Amino acid sequence: MTVKQEWAMTPPTVTAIIDGIRVTVPPGTLIIRAAESIGIEIPRFCDHPLLEPAGACRQCLVEIAEPGPDGKLRPYLKPQTSCSMVLTEGMVVRTQVTSKVAERAQRGIMELLLINHPLDCPVCDKGGECPLQNQAMTTGQADSRFTEAKRTFEKPLTLSTEILLDRERCILCQRCTRFSDQISGDPFIELQERGARSQVGAFDPEVLDFDGYAPTGLAAEDESGRPFSSYFSGNTIQICPVGALTSAGYRFRARPFDLVASPSIAGHDSSGSAIAIEHRRGKVLRVLAGNDPEVNEEWITDKDRFAFPWSSLDDRITRPLVRGEDGELREATWPEALARAADGLREAVSGARSKGVGVLPGGRVTLEDAYAYQKFARVVLGTNDVDARSRIAGDEEEAFLGSRVAGSGLGVTFADLEAAPVVALIGFEPEDEGGVVFLRLRKARGRQKVFTFAPFVSRGNAKLDATLVPTVPGLEGAALDSIRRGSGTVGDVFDGLSQEGAVLVVGERLAGVPGGFTAAVALADRTGARLAWIPRRAGERGAVEAGALPGLLPGGSSAQSAEAREGVARVWGVSGLPLAPGRAAYDILGLASSGGLSGLVVGGLTLSDLPKTLANGIAKAPFLVSLEVRLSDVTAHADVVFPVAPSSEKAGTFVNWEGRLRPFTAALQTSALSDHRVLDMLAREMGVTLGTPTVEAVTAELARIPIDDSLRPPPPSASGPSAAEAARRAKATTLATWHALIDQGSLQDGEPFLAGTARVPVARMSPATVAALGIEGRVLKVSGPGRGTISLPLAVTPGMVDGVVWLPMNSPGSTVARTLGVAHGDTVSVKGSES
Amino acid sequence: MTALTPVLSSRWAEPRSWTLETYESGGGYVALAKALKSAPADVIRVVKDSGLRGRGGAGFATAAKWGYLPPDDGGPRYLVVNADESEPGTCKDVPLLMASPHLLLEGLVIAAYATGVRQAFIYLRGEVVHVHRRLLQALDEARAKGYLGRNILGSGLDLEVTLHAGAGAYICGEETALLSSLEGYRGQPRLRPPYPAVSGLYSRPTIINNVETIASLPGILGRGAAWFASMGTRDAKGHAFFSLSGHVNRPGQYEAPFGITLRELIQAAGGMRPGRRLKFWTPGGSSSELLTVKHLDVPLDHESVGAVGSQLGTRGIQVFDDTACVVRAVARWTDFYRHESCGKCTPCREGTFWLTQVLDRIEKGKGTRADLDRLLETCTSIRGRSLCALGDGATMTIVSSLEHFKAEYAAHIDGHGCPFDPRQTALFSSPGAKEADA
Repeated sequence: MTVKQEWAMTPPTVTAIIDGIRVTVPPGTLIIRAAESIGIEIPRFCDHPLLEPAGACRQCLVEIAEPGPDGKLRPYLKPQTSCSMVLTEGMVVRTQVTSKVAERAQRGIMELLLINHPLDCPVCDKGGECPLQNQAMTTGQADSRFTEAKRTFEKPLTLSTEILLDRERCILCQRCTRFSDQISGDPFIELQERGARSQVGAFDPEVLDFDGYAPTGLAAEDESGRPFSSYFSGNTIQICPVGALTSAGYRFRARPFDLVASPSIAGHDSSGSAIAIEHRRGKVLRVLAGNDPEVNEEWITDKDRFAFPWSSLDDRITRPLVRGEDGELREATWPEALARAADGLREAVSGARSKGVGVLPGGRVTLEDAYAYQKFARVVLGTNDVDARSRIAGDEEEAFLGSRVAGSGLGVTFADLEAAPVVALIGFEPEDEGGVVFLRLRKARGRQKVFTFAPFVSRGNAKLDATLVPTVPGLEGAALDSIRRGSGTVGDVFDGLSQEGAVLVVGERLAGVPGGFTAAVALADRTGARLAWIPRRAGERGAVEAGALPGLLPGGSSAQSAEAREGVARVWGVSGLPLAPGRAAYDILGLASSGGLSGLVVGGLTLSDLPKTLANGIAKAPFLVSLEVRLSDVTAHADVVFPVAPSSEKAGTFVNWEGRLRPFTAALQTSALSDHRVLDMLAREMGVTLGTPTVEAVTAELARIPIDDSLRPPPPSASGPSAAEAARRAKATTLATWHALIDQGSLQDGEPFLAGTARVPVARMSPATVAALGIEGRVLKVSGPGRGTISLPLAVTPGMVDGVVWLPMNSPGSTVARTLGVAHGDTVSVKGSES
Repeated sequence: MTALTPVLSSRWAEPRSWTLETYESGGGYVALAKALKSAPADVIRVVKDSGLRGRGGAGFATAAKWGYLPPDDGGPRYLVVNADESEPGTCKDVPLLMASPHLLLEGLVIAAYATGVRQAFIYLRGEVVHVHRRLLQALDEARAKGYLGRNILGSGLDLEVTLHAGAGAYICGEETALLSSLEGYRGQPRLRPPYPAVSGLYSRPTIINNVETIASLPGILGRGAAWFASMGTRDAKGHAFFSLSGHVNRPGQYEAPFGITLRELIQAAGGMRPGRRLKFWTPGGSSSELLTVKHLDVPLDHESVGAVGSQLGTRGIQVFDDTACVVRAVARWTDFYRHESCGKCTPCREGTFWLTQVLDRIEKGKGTRADLDRLLETCTSIRGRSLCALGDGATMTIVSSLEHFKAEYAAHIDGHGCPFDPRQTALFSSPGAKEADA
C-alpha cells in the first residue's frame, strides 16, 4: 500500500538511451532537449524552446530506434529531426557523436545551408555570436564545393523603421515568422515565393508582384505606414540564427566580441524583465533580452530593447547646477550645490513663513531611491507629503495598496497569470501598459478566458480573444458591482472569476475612478479571485514597499498608526515621525501652484503627463530642488539641480508587479550617483544622517523595518458616482485614454527608429455615437474645459461603447493631460472636421 | 499475354460519357444503393477483402488507412480526395475526371458512408479548368438527383462535397501540404505526427484518398471483392491505370491488372517508334528510379518493381527510346523539382537549386568528372533527409541514371557537349520542321 502510494507521488518519467547514456526525462520531452540535459548538443537552427517545432532546417537529424509492441528495437529507416520528436520509453538515439549516418546527414545539411549564404561574416553584425557561423565551424567543411552563383536579393528590406532584413543571409528557419505568429500575434511577416526563391517579407507589393489594393481596416489605420509594426518585433532579431534581421539603431555599429554584456533589469514597465545591457567604451550599443523563465522568458518589448539612447543625449546633466543671481542655471561644484540646496530647504522647512516642503520622487525610482526619498521627507523635512505616484492617485488607491499590496511579498506571478483559467482586466491594457504581461496572457490563449472591462476591444485584447464587458470610463466600479450582484450583461464573468486560480487584474487608471478599488476588492472577495495590481511605471511597486506614499510607511503600515510610527522611528533612531496626514502627488502640486508650499524636492517627474494647472506648481514653488538625469521642464524651474544616474549607471532594485525583487548592478561605471546617495549627502549637509549612502545600507535597514499586518490601513471603502452623476455622464461624451506602449514618453527620446513603429494616433468612437452627434469629416476635434483641442483622424470603431471617445494619452498630436487638462472618465466635447 | 481490363475507362468512348444520364444507363449509382443497404462496417469489410491499395503512389491498403480513424466523438471528420495530379508522366486522374466524373462521386459517397464522413472535399489541380467545370456540372447533377446532399437515396446519409481548385503547386499533392492549402495557408508539408487520420483538416480526423482509389469503389461494391481480387498479383490486386507516354506509337491510359509487364504494355500501345529501341523508362513518374531495357519483363506491381530498385508509384510510365539523352531528361526532371520545391526544408530547397545548376553544366559540356561525385553526394544529402517525399523524389532519376548510364554522363564531359540530337527525340519534329531549322 505504502509502496503504491509512493509510486503515485513520483512524477512519471521516460527513460531512454542517447549515445549510450541512460537519460530519464519527463514524458513529452523532445529528443533535442533530453540530449541537452546530458550535455550532448545537437546542432539546430529552426528549433527554439519557446516556439512550436517546425522541422524545417533539418540540421538536428539523428538516428532513432524504438521498441515495437514485441519489445524489439525497430530502427527508423531515415534519420529523424530531434527537435520535433518526443523521447519515448526505451528509445535508442544516436546523435552525431556516435552515429556516422547522423553525422553525414548533419554535414550535408550544413553544406546546403551554406551554398546560398553570402559568408560575409567579416562584415556581418551577427559575426561572432552567430549560430550559423559557430555550427559551421564545428560541423561544417572547411572548403566550399559550390562554384556557382549564389542567390542574391536587394538589401536590405525595410520591414519597419526599426527592423531591416537582408534576405540573402536568411536560412529560412522561420523563427521570426513563427515568433510573430505564435508569440506576439503580429503576423505581418510571412514566407513568400517558394523553393529557392523563398523569402521572408512583409506585405510588399514589389516582392509579391502585387498591384491591387492595400491593407485595409485596422492594419491600415493603426500602423506606422509599414506593416511590420509590432511592440515585440525586436525579439525576432535576437532569435534570428543568422544576421538576416538587424535593427536600424545597431546595424553596422559594433562587433559583438567588442561588447561587454552586463545583466540588468528593464526600467520601462513594471514587469522587471531581465535584460543584458551591451556596451563598449562606456557607451551602450544595444539591449538584449535576458533569459528569465519565471518573468519575461526570453522576450522583451521593443521599448525595453531600443529605448536607451535617452540617457546619453546632449542634454545629459553631468555636474550640479545652481540658479545664479541672473536667474540662469550655471554649473557648480557639489559642495556649493549641496550648501545651496540645504540652505534653501532649511529656510523652506523652518523659516518664518514656512508652509512646508513636498517630495515627488516620480514613478521610475528604485526601491532604494524611493526609500531614501520618503525617509528624507519624514526625517529631514518633517512631512508625510511624499508620493511617488506622479499620476492621478488618491486615498482609495492608497488604502488598497496598503491593505492588499504593500509588504505582501510575491503575490500573483507571471506563472499564475499563465495558468489562470479566467483573467479579468480592469483599467489595464496588457499590450500597451503591461509589456511582457501581454505575452504571458497570449501564451495561455485557448486555455484561458480573458474579460476586459473597457469601452472597446483594443488590438492587443483582440489578440487575447478577450471578451468585452462594455464599460463607460469612470464607471468601472459600477460595472464591477453589477457583476458582483449578478446583474451584469456578461453573466459568465462572475462564474469565471469564481473558478480556482482566476485573477482580477487592476491597473493604475482605476485610481482615477471613485469607488473603483472598493468594487474590485469586493468582487475579488466575493468570487475568491486573486487580485493583481499591475502599475505602468517600473518604480511604483517598489515605492509602495518603501513607503514613498503619503499614508504608508515602509513595510505597508499606516502612517496614521502611532504604533507603526513608533516602530519605524525606533529603527531610524529618531524621536518620532510627522503626524500630519500627507498629501498625494496631485494635491502636492495643486497646493504648490496655489502658493501653498514653500518648496519641492522632485525626482524623475515628466510634466507632459500632467494637466497644465498642476504643472504650474513646479514653476510656482518658491524653492525647487531637482534630481534629474537630463535637463527637463522641471530642471528649467529648479533652484538647484543634482545630476543623478540612469538605471544603467547605478545599482538598485526594482520590485516588479508580482512583488519580486529584481536587483541589478551598474552596467556602466560612471561618476553618476544614485538618488539615494545624493539625498544622503544633502541630509548630511542639513545635519541629519539619513543612512542611505549605499544600496547595502538601505537593504539592511529595510530588513529591520517591522511588518505587522494589524497596522495596515483599512481596506478601501469609497462610493462610486451617484445615480444622478451616472445619468449625467450617460448623456455626455466621456473620454477614455491610456498610454500607448510606444509614444512620446521622455525615455523614448533619441530613438526615431522606434518612434516610427508606434501606432498612428487616432480618435475612436462608435458608429452610433458618430451618427448621434452628427460628426462629419475625417478628423475628430476633441476639447476639454480648457482651451486646447486635439485633432486626430477619426477611427469609427464598431462594437465600442456609445458616448465614449478614445484618445492615446501621450502620442504625437495627442497629449491629453497637457492639452485638454482632462483624464480618463472626464467629460469632453467633440466635433468633426475635414482636416 | 496479360489482357487489358478496362473498368474505370470502359465507357470513355461513349458519346457524352460524362453525363449522369450516360453514367446511369451503364449501371451507375447502383453500387451506391447496394452499399447504403449494408452497414458501414460491412462496406469496409468488402473494401478490405478486395485488397484495394491506394492508387496515389504509396500503395497503402485503403481499408487499413480508414481504420486509423479514431472512434466517432460526435465532431466532424473529413474525406479529402487528392486530385492534385501533377507528377511528370502521371496523367490518369485528369482524363478519368473528364470522361467519368460520376465514378468519383459515387465512390465518394460510398467512402463517406463507410467512414462516417458528412463533409468531403475534392482538391483539384488548379490548372485543369476544364476538369473543374466538368466536376461542378457533375456535382450539380448528382445533387439534383439526390446522390448528394441530405438523406441520400432515403438512407439517412447526408453528405456535402466541396470542390476546391489549388493554385498550381506540385507540393500540394503531398497530403499534409494539401491540407494546409485547403485551410488557406501556404501549401507546405506539416510535421507528422499527428497524422491526418487523427488530426488533419482543421485538426479533425481526415482521410485523404487518390481519385482512382475512390473511383474504384463502385466497381468493388457493385461486383464484389472477389471479382476485384481476381485481378492482379498476390499483394497488388485489381485493375489500375498505366499511363504510357513518350516514344510509343499510341500513348495513353491502359487499364490493366497489376503484374502486367512493360513489354505487354508497349505492345498494347502499338510498339516503339519505327526503328527505335527502348532505352530507359520510369515505372512510376519522375519520382521513381529509371529502369532500362533489362526490366521489360518485370511484373508491374509494388513488390516486383521494388525488388529491382525502383517504385511502382503512380504508374506514370514515361518511355524513352535510343534517341533520348538521359542527361537532358534528368536535367529537365530536376528542374521541375527545383521549381516545385516549397522551400520549407533545407535539403530540398537548396539541394534542388544546386543539382539543377550542376546538371545544366554537364549537359552543356562544361562539367567535370568531379561534378558526378558532387551529384551523388548532394543526392545523399537530400534523400531521406527532407521533410517530405518530394525531396527524395528529386534524387531518384539522378542516382539511377548515374548507375545505368554513367558512360553517357562521361561522354558529355569528355566530349564537351551532348552527343545526341534533340530533334530526333522530339515527337513533334517533322521533315518540314527540320528544313526550317537548317
